[in-house]
Amino acid sequence: MEELLDILKEINPDVDYATCTTLVEDGFITSMQIVMLVGEINQEFGVAIPANKILPEYFNSAKTIYALIQELEEE
Amino acid sequence: MLLVSYEFLLFFILLVMLYYVIPGRAQWVLLLAASYFFFLSGGWKPVIFILITTLSTWILGLKLGKRNQAVTAYIKENQLSRQEKKEYRIRQKKISWRWLLMGLWLNFGILGVLKYTNFILGNMNGIFYRISTPMQLKRVDWILPLGISYYTFQSMGYLIDIYRNKYKPEKHLGHFALFISFFPQLIQGPITRFDEMKEQLTAVHFLNKRQIAFGLQRMLWGYFKKLIVADRLVHAVTAIGQNPEQYRGSFVLVGMICYTLQIYADFSGGIDIVIGAAQVLGIKLPENFERPYFSKTVGEYWRRWHMSLMTWLREYIFYPASVCGPVTRMTRWGKEHLGEALGRRIPVYVATLIVWFVTGIWHGASWNFVFWGLLNGIVLLLSSEMAPWQKRFHEKHPGLKGKTWFSLVQIGRTLLVLSVIQTLEYYGSVSRMLTMQFSMLTEFSLKPWTDGSLFTIGLDGWDWLVVFQGLFLMLIVSLWQRKGSVRERIAQKPEMFRWTLWAVLFLLVITLGTYGHGFEASQFIYNQF
Amino acid sequence: MKGKKLAARILFIAAFASILWLLQLLVQPKYMGKVVEGNLIPEYYQETTGHELLILGDCEVYENISPVILWEEFGISSYIRGSAQQLIPQSYYMLKDTLRREKPKVVLLSVSAMQESGQTNEAYNRMTMEGLAWSMDKLKVIQETKMEDEYLIEYLFPLLRYHSRWKELTQEDIKYLFHREKVSHNGYYMRADVRPLADFPEPRRKADYRFPQAAQEYLEKIRLLCETEGIQLILMKAPSLYPVWYDQWEEQIQAFAGENNLTYWNCIPAIDQIGLDFQTDTYDGGLHMNVYGAEKLTRYLGKKIREVSTLNDLRQDKVLSAVWKEKAEFYDQMKAAQEAEIREYGFLRQFSNP
Repeated sequence: MEELLDILKEINPDVDYATCTTLVEDGFITSMQIVMLVGEINQEFGVAIPANKILPEYFNSAKTIYALIQELEEE
Repeated sequence: MLLVSYEFLLFFILLVMLYYVIPGRAQWVLLLAASYFFFLSGGWKPVIFILITTLSTWILGLKLGKRNQAVTAYIKENQLSRQEKKEYRIRQKKISWRWLLMGLWLNFGILGVLKYTNFILGNMNGIFYRISTPMQLKRVDWILPLGISYYTFQSMGYLIDIYRNKYKPEKHLGHFALFISFFPQLIQGPITRFDEMKEQLTAVHFLNKRQIAFGLQRMLWGYFKKLIVADRLVHAVTAIGQNPEQYRGSFVLVGMICYTLQIYADFSGGIDIVIGAAQVLGIKLPENFERPYFSKTVGEYWRRWHMSLMTWLREYIFYPASVCGPVTRMTRWGKEHLGEALGRRIPVYVATLIVWFVTGIWHGASWNFVFWGLLNGIVLLLSSEMAPWQKRFHEKHPGLKGKTWFSLVQIGRTLLVLSVIQTLEYYGSVSRMLTMQFSMLTEFSLKPWTDGSLFTIGLDGWDWLVVFQGLFLMLIVSLWQRKGSVRERIAQKPEMFRWTLWAVLFLLVITLGTYGHGFEASQFIYNQF
Repeated sequence: MKGKKLAARILFIAAFASILWLLQLLVQPKYMGKVVEGNLIPEYYQETTGHELLILGDCEVYENISPVILWEEFGISSYIRGSAQQLIPQSYYMLKDTLRREKPKVVLLSVSAMQESGQTNEAYNRMTMEGLAWSMDKLKVIQETKMEDEYLIEYLFPLLRYHSRWKELTQEDIKYLFHREKVSHNGYYMRADVRPLADFPEPRRKADYRFPQAAQEYLEKIRLLCETEGIQLILMKAPSLYPVWYDQWEEQIQAFAGENNLTYWNCIPAIDQIGLDFQTDTYDGGLHMNVYGAEKLTRYLGKKIREVSTLNDLRQDKVLSAVWKEKAEFYDQMKAAQEAEIREYGFLRQFSNP
């Protein structure tokens, strides 16, 4: 989780990732930043997020992103 | 059938009356019949294309759904190791992918051939000319079915969603056909997703006074925007845009501003009519605009303008493109050979340019639209690269954020950038757009604003007065909207006050609206796409 | 409480409807200036006494025949229901509309409109049909003769058609909001100015001289309706020099009249007999007659009508005499006023461009 928060902070430092659950919906991270994020996650966690998982519902909070990473790691 | 026509209003009134007296179970059948009637009003030949799309998508959807089910069942029934499961999944996914590809090729193929053949032929002729070959290909004269871009995108979104196992396919062909052809959204969107429409389209809808009133109010507001503002402004827009030799210098600025305002009033007004009409029928369509001209950045603007199309492009083109095989390989190569900083930018750059190329060509089969799209993409990439500077700027001047005047500056800047980009659309060719922009800067003078020439471009003094009042009202309503539904708040006012308000709006549309003889009810700008 | 609310709602709806209605009256053209033809058709409904002769047709009747002269010299009470480029179908429905109110003994129909296959100018349609009283026939005639880009609903609610006039409203629109001045003399449009015969273009050869289907069909309908109602139908072609009346057309009309045993007068060969002088009897270079020409033609026609019909001399009727005396006064007054104006200015101000 710490690693993920570091990546997120790098992308947009002005968000409180502990509480925010509308990262995509309210435009805190843009679609371009999501693509960046997917690349970073791939590098740090060794997990490739497929296109069908790049959806607002998975990227709306740090928690959901982390859950997605874990789910993909397990597969 | 135009949304602004007596035919449409008559059709709609009859439909609504019938809709609420027939048994609820039959309502969807009526909607389907009405939708095909609407579609057929544009000619009977194109119906073959919407039928091909409907049938092929429906059959392939069922096929993909069945395969998804089989995969889940197989994994459940057989004790497999994790590795085996993964391999099995990948194997099956590959087969499904081929089925999906078939659907995509067929339907985007139809769209591509009907819409882009002339574009390709024109380019080939250009090449022949360059290499001095006497051969010239004849342009084709093919029909373009009503709303083909919209229903193709919508049905392909459905097919991809089924492939991704997001929801189950529709078994009922009639229900599915209604999802593809639902008439209010057919001409200009919004593009909807099956899971948000499925229940609504087939449910029993009871007469709900409030829903109907709200729907009609929204339609009325749409007609206001379209008839009073957009269709009046369009005279100035075409006068300036089609006589670039005559209207140079400051007129370019006038044309640019009018065009920016007109396309918003026209398109969002049309969408108001569409969403309002659906609401009268008890069906909630997603919003397509969120006060886009209040955006502070170009990126924000594209999240608030034609939202359903942009969401579609993001989900089905931008993200997939950014993680697809070639791009991933390119990224890896880039990181090794060009360094970390450049390498990690590759997926963003590639996906952005792809998605904006598609957006451009979606808007029109010509190079100026392609450049228009790519220019938008480049501006977006530039602004994301400039984010660190912006951050530093705000760190230096911490007081600016949240200040109203600074927000207004940001909004103004964004609007200016967008208006300039849009002149590519407006002037129809890159070279002319550049010439005109250049003339705007070099031949600028205040004269056209003061010597009365503004009254010679299709609008007289009265028209300008009406346009300004109309725009002012639109601005006020937009400001109110930030605090929630305007209709909701009006509904809480005393009855006579409300009634008077809506009656006045109705009278304004009837008397000041641009319709009938002397004016060609201009087709919705987005109609042809 | 409930009653109060209901009353408020009813009041609101009534007020809203009134505003719409007033708005509609306001933007409708008043036809009280240079163009008055829009008032010809509705003026008929102000008539208090009946007519034994009904005259149907286009400008070849309403500018060429004077009912006042028909009364004064022959004792025939008549009315012209004609309007600008009134098509044969429109004349048919005009006849039906008239028959719902009165039953004339003779119908005199101008055949010049037989050449028209459809309306060519929206304004003509508007001036012909807008003033008709509401009935199923009005709906039918609009539906059948409206131009391609005209809409029935814009006749039902003229506000929809004329709304964009809000910019050009004048004093006149307020003045004539609820009433109009009388402009015609039983459907006759009087002009006392003179513009001598001008050159007309050479007649062109036509590919097909047959009358259009719709015109033929409705001519037969008019004939049939007159037959069943026991009305004598007389056909006529006014003595105008332009547009050209082709021999092929003449033959068709003569054939039709012959087959159906109808009286038909072509007045073109009778120009000398009528005494028309196109140097003095036309106000627009020979297209239409002025009052002097119209009076000459009326005397000629009056005699002929007398000969072929059983119309009585009604000048002994007290009620009718009183009504027509008033009409004649209005007629003479207008004629005198126009003549005085022409003496003073050389032209009629109302009909000239400012």
